[in-house]
Amino acid sequence: MTTLLTVEKLSKRFGGLQAVNEVSFSVEAGSIKALIGPNGAGKTTLFNLISGVIAPDSGVINFCGSQVQGLRPHQVASKGMARTFQHIRLFPKMSVLENIMIGRHIHSRAGFVAGMLSIPYTWSEEKQIREKAHEIMAFLDLESLAHVEATSLSYGQQRNVELGRALACEPKLLLLDEPAAGLNMSETTELGALISRIRNTGITVLIVEHDMGLVMDISDEILVLSYGKKIADDKPLAIQSNSEVINVYLGEDEDDA
Amino acid sequence: MSAKFIQIFGFAVTIVAIQVFTQLTDSSFHLTQFTMTAYYSLLVIGLCMLIGYAGQISLGHAGFFAIGGYMSAFLTTHNLAAMKGTPFIALLSKLGLLVERKDLYGGELLAFHPWSACILSVCTVLVIAYVIGGPVLKLKGHYLAMATLGFGIIIYRIVLGTSSLGAADGISGVPGFSIFPGVMIGGSGSGRILNYYVAWGIVIAGMTFLLNLIGSRVGRALSAIHGAEDAAEAMGIPTANYKLRVFVLSAGFAAVAGVLLTHYNGSIGPSEASVMKSVRYVAIVAIGGMTSLWGAISMSLILNYFSLRGSFGTYDDAVFGVILILIMLFAPDGLIRKQVLGDLKSYLKRIRSKAVAS
Repeated sequence: MTTLLTVEKLSKRFGGLQAVNEVSFSVEAGSIKALIGPNGAGKTTLFNLISGVIAPDSGVINFCGSQVQGLRPHQVASKGMARTFQHIRLFPKMSVLENIMIGRHIHSRAGFVAGMLSIPYTWSEEKQIREKAHEIMAFLDLESLAHVEATSLSYGQQRNVELGRALACEPKLLLLDEPAAGLNMSETTELGALISRIRNTGITVLIVEHDMGLVMDISDEILVLSYGKKIADDKPLAIQSNSEVINVYLGEDEDDA
Repeated sequence: MSAKFIQIFGFAVTIVAIQVFTQLTDSSFHLTQFTMTAYYSLLVIGLCMLIGYAGQISLGHAGFFAIGGYMSAFLTTHNLAAMKGTPFIALLSKLGLLVERKDLYGGELLAFHPWSACILSVCTVLVIAYVIGGPVLKLKGHYLAMATLGFGIIIYRIVLGTSSLGAADGISGVPGFSIFPGVMIGGSGSGRILNYYVAWGIVIAGMTFLLNLIGSRVGRALSAIHGAEDAAEAMGIPTANYKLRVFVLSAGFAAVAGVLLTHYNGSIGPSEASVMKSVRYVAIVAIGGMTSLWGAISMSLILNYFSLRGSFGTYDDAVFGVILILIMLFAPDGLIRKQVLGDLKSYLKRIRSKAVAS
């Protein structure tokens, strides 16, 4: 397998807090990698560093053979990285279809002038965008909701729309930030199956998640963070028996740590 | 696609109907105000694009309007005859940018041709919008409003304080702008009907461009920026760049409006640059429903017309201030919105189902 994403000695400090401390890891193409850790471990910060929302203080992020640290989020996205948000960020006043069509932005090119003049090539491009969006809605069982305002949907459906929007980018790497948050058990099981299906289409997944059942089920590898530091990076079974991980999660004697 | 065409066609019919009505009632002098209204509407739809669709506010659009108008007025009236011998003027002359005519007293007047003045003015505004838009659009909400307001105030004070721009008197004697042979944008009485149609033709063209844009990939991206900027950025939309472009685009609409209205009126005064003008444009966009170009243009047509006819008397500015307050309090989505049509549709449906039941 080839390595899609390599992170080397990535650090970020917020004032007195070392949110991410010299973290290094890699993600193999075609795998599902989970990122876990107690609250405040720096998981979301690490996500934001990788996707370009914040710039690291030091360290290197290598994605698809080029360094992406310090790039703007839209530049990182156009290299083939799509994400969902911990708190769902759909576009209000836009339908499910339109939300997902936004995901095609990086794969289309009509600009201001072409748009204003409605130059013929934009018509076929629009058609392609629409077709691809419908394809994705079919994959996620959202077809019947195509023309419903996205933000009026139930929480679980909104999650799916957000996922659809990210899939419409046809990303090489999909970053999922706590996708199971707020879902019930059966919804979580469905989500797990869905993530596996997504991986089977050839998309690499990096997921931050608190639901251990889900993480253990679907991940190929798990990276454990605590206080901004990497404490383990291994296969699920090995993680389950890793004493340091158990320490962090169950809070055994401070003296042992 | 077809819905858009029908809307544009319907609007064109309205424009023709107004003209026919004034013709039949022998009140075609009203067309002067309607023509001026057209040029203000051009600014309003550009501003609607910025505020309603991209979610960015500008309280300085009268500034862009005034820069366009003043610059074109200055270039077409400033006499270069005395400098005729200099190589620079000779070069401009050779490039065909200048035109010779007689001034009011029969003296020789060498000034820029309206076409070259127009293009230079609009390009200048685009550059200014680009330069100030870069840093200013990093701001959001109130801060963006304040920064653009500051820009508007600066332009107003500059215009008012510069003697070569006529200070408080403004610039008059601006020549008509013959955009094509036989088609002159100017205040001569004979061309009133032609001017009316030219002006609204330009507005309809501008409207078509903007409606196309809204329905395009860029329009969707702008709505996305309006709705959730961070998510739009994460989807690969260069948000800063798009905001800047739509800001420059709407400034361009304001500049074209300023240039054409100045040539039509034959003059421009500092009141065109005043902050109250900017507030008025925002008020019109707000009452039209922010996210509706048709709402904005219909409100612009009605309110600008009554304002120009002097219906609001000396309370003109106050009326627009009151409108803005009332809209923000009671109908923040504006008076003209899809909801109204939706309500109407469901009402009709209810009546129909009642009829079927009985």
